[in-house]
Amino acid sequence: MAEMTYLQAISDGLRTEMRRDRRVFVLGEDVGVYGGAFKVTLGFQEEFGSWRVIDTPLSETAIMAGATGAALMGMRPVAEMQFADFVSCAWDHLVTVAAKQRWRAGTPVPFVLRLPSGGGFSGGPFHSQNPESSFAHIPGLKCVCPATPEDAKGLIIAAIEDPNPVLFFEHKHLYRRIKGEVPEERYTVPIGKARIHREGTDVSVITWGAMVYTAEEAASQVDASVEIVDLRSVMPWDKQAVLESVRKTSKVLVLHEDTRSGGFGGEIAATIAEEAFEDLDAPVRRITAPDTPVPFSPVLEKAFIPQVEDVARGLRELVDY
Amino acid sequence: MSAHTAVDVVMPQMGVSVSEGTITKWLKQVGDQVEADETLLEISTDKVDTEVPSPASGVVTEILVPEGETVDVGTVLARIGGEGGAAAPAAPAAPAPAEPAAPAPEPPAPEPAAAPEPVAASAPQDEPAEAEPSNGKPFISPVVARIAGEHGVDPSAVPGTGTGGRVTKKDILAFIESGGAAAAQPAPAAPAEPAAPEPQPVQEQVQAAPAVPQQPPAAPPPPPPVREPAVAASAEPARAEQGEVLEPMSAMRRGIAEHMRRSLDTSAHVTSAIEVDMTGVVAVRAKLKRQYEQAYGVNPTYLAFVARAAVDTLRDYPWVNGELRDGQIVTRNFVNLGFAVELADGKGLIVPVVKNAETLNLLGLAKGIADIAARARSKQLLPDDVAGGTFTITNPGGYGTFHGTPVISQPQAAILGTYAIVKRPWVVTDESGADAIAIRSMMNLTLTYDHRLIDGALAGRFLRDLRERLQTWGESEY
Repeated sequence: MAEMTYLQAISDGLRTEMRRDRRVFVLGEDVGVYGGAFKVTLGFQEEFGSWRVIDTPLSETAIMAGATGAALMGMRPVAEMQFADFVSCAWDHLVTVAAKQRWRAGTPVPFVLRLPSGGGFSGGPFHSQNPESSFAHIPGLKCVCPATPEDAKGLIIAAIEDPNPVLFFEHKHLYRRIKGEVPEERYTVPIGKARIHREGTDVSVITWGAMVYTAEEAASQVDASVEIVDLRSVMPWDKQAVLESVRKTSKVLVLHEDTRSGGFGGEIAATIAEEAFEDLDAPVRRITAPDTPVPFSPVLEKAFIPQVEDVARGLRELVDY
Repeated sequence: MSAHTAVDVVMPQMGVSVSEGTITKWLKQVGDQVEADETLLEISTDKVDTEVPSPASGVVTEILVPEGETVDVGTVLARIGGEGGAAAPAAPAAPAPAEPAAPAPEPPAPEPAAAPEPVAASAPQDEPAEAEPSNGKPFISPVVARIAGEHGVDPSAVPGTGTGGRVTKKDILAFIESGGAAAAQPAPAAPAEPAAPEPQPVQEQVQAAPAVPQQPPAAPPPPPPVREPAVAASAEPARAEQGEVLEPMSAMRRGIAEHMRRSLDTSAHVTSAIEVDMTGVVAVRAKLKRQYEQAYGVNPTYLAFVARAAVDTLRDYPWVNGELRDGQIVTRNFVNLGFAVELADGKGLIVPVVKNAETLNLLGLAKGIADIAARARSKQLLPDDVAGGTFTITNPGGYGTFHGTPVISQPQAAILGTYAIVKRPWVVTDESGADAIAIRSMMNLTLTYDHRLIDGALAGRFLRDLRERLQTWGESEY
């Protein structure tokens, strides 16, 4: 085991796979000479050469189309959007071509798309979004959102191994802030399996990504036994683990950093209502960002992203219900 | 701007993901005058090296983090102005002035505008959920309703600790745990208000039904427990006497118990039996068995023969394949044939259905029966496989029994029972009319039917015609 930041763990997983499998290569804006906007691929070009660490033109369309084509030809590309927000430029190749290829033509498209996402640093509307719900809605795409360094490494390797297009949402706010013990050897974390971040009996928080830590801090502020379920992937998502937790606590708070309407929390809440109705002792509660773009102003951004106090208040209301 | 109150200089966020920075050089020392936006120090992060401008004008009063040290973003590095610090912009370098040079004209700003980390109370995002019920009745949550039902507890007897006195899951579980369920029974026993007043007549019916036949006029029973509702009994947890063992009922067992009781409460069960000479069937089966097994991998069981003949007979007796529904008689042009299948552990029974059995010959029925039986035992049945039956066959004869009175699978009208085939001495009459005793393979069939719809004569004719087919059909008829 070694202590690594969340960012180092992603880097380590990527490097492990590039050393192991010559089909794996990375491409994106500034991933080569500069080492990536966030330095995830720092030193990669020196080790693997410029043909396996490709600096692309400033065109997300080209990155996605190139990755799709390479995957179709049997490679294992790991493409990077400098910020998850820019993926909208790549939508057509991702959604129209890559997601449907397996259904349309029977050919697998095994690429990973790395999406640095999330806010909390006044990045404003174009550098702070969490677009996982949009892609969880697209059949054919998998969406992974690790919260811990250990999961980040295990899931990036699992994503590279996976024969489907996998979107890897890495939360920028966790990059250097979160450190943890990470096994040095190669391992995978199964995609679609939740992790119980904290066990409890009174109320369940269903969340993923950076909100796991918000929930954890809030949980320590309320006088109740709070269970935190870290989904780790939103598509596929671990319905079983969620329902089990709901059956235990009968009170649920669904928490995400993405905006509210059409957010993935709605899917989770609806599933709980359908499949665990008779286990509920309170209405399913959602805490999310409001339906606006992410604001620049630090004050407004704090009002936008769910804060520890918001979650603590939601938990108290559920406990008292 | 000048700093009338102390302004903190903090480690800035030098990029989206940077969480810490190292101080490489202080360009000002304690006591130095610094102008707003003038470079105060240099820092290095893992992304960039940069200069940090002063957030305010004034005298550097404190340096809290020395060069070379790495600290988290937001850590206070230095303080400018305030307290003893020279404030007025006019005042030139005055290392430690004893008093403010001039009274500050403006009132002190409560928050230095340049402070990079304003403490923002985040606005509430959602209105708190309204927990008060709007119709004045106490709200019973789904889980509390379920637990109350399972334990026969009246939730209104449970002290509530939730919002507005609502009974929470914890409350009802604690209540049951403490034996409150049993203790509270006498209270709701009287006109027990079950949340909604409307269902009163229904409740009376239910309670009256057992009361009438159970109480012969002989001895008046002791008054209080008489009106104890049926549910009360189940609230008292069962206790094992010496030598007894308790085991919980499986969901399937409970389902069977409920269905059997309901069927007997619904239909007027009558059973008729008939003896069938199966010698012909035995001969046909002996011939087909190897052929079917080799060609199709399926065993033509006696059950399949009986099923084939029964489906054919049902065409002439639509009521036997029918149903009483809301005062109407339902008949149909198809037969969905249910088969009672015992599960491998011997502790459960399920009735999967072969759909549209009227379209199947012997081979099709044999395959269909084998398929649903195998899937029933391996728990692979789909909900659809056990729904929609119109007539059922049960086959307890495998253990040698020769007669039974099965219970009708609701809402069907009848169930056919097949029993053991045994060789028996039997009187046969030859073409010339001479009687002789012969050894024949005999089987009893029973038809248990709902006398509300089917009279004994109709049942008798059905059994007679079914027997006729089984005794006379050759290979080609199946």
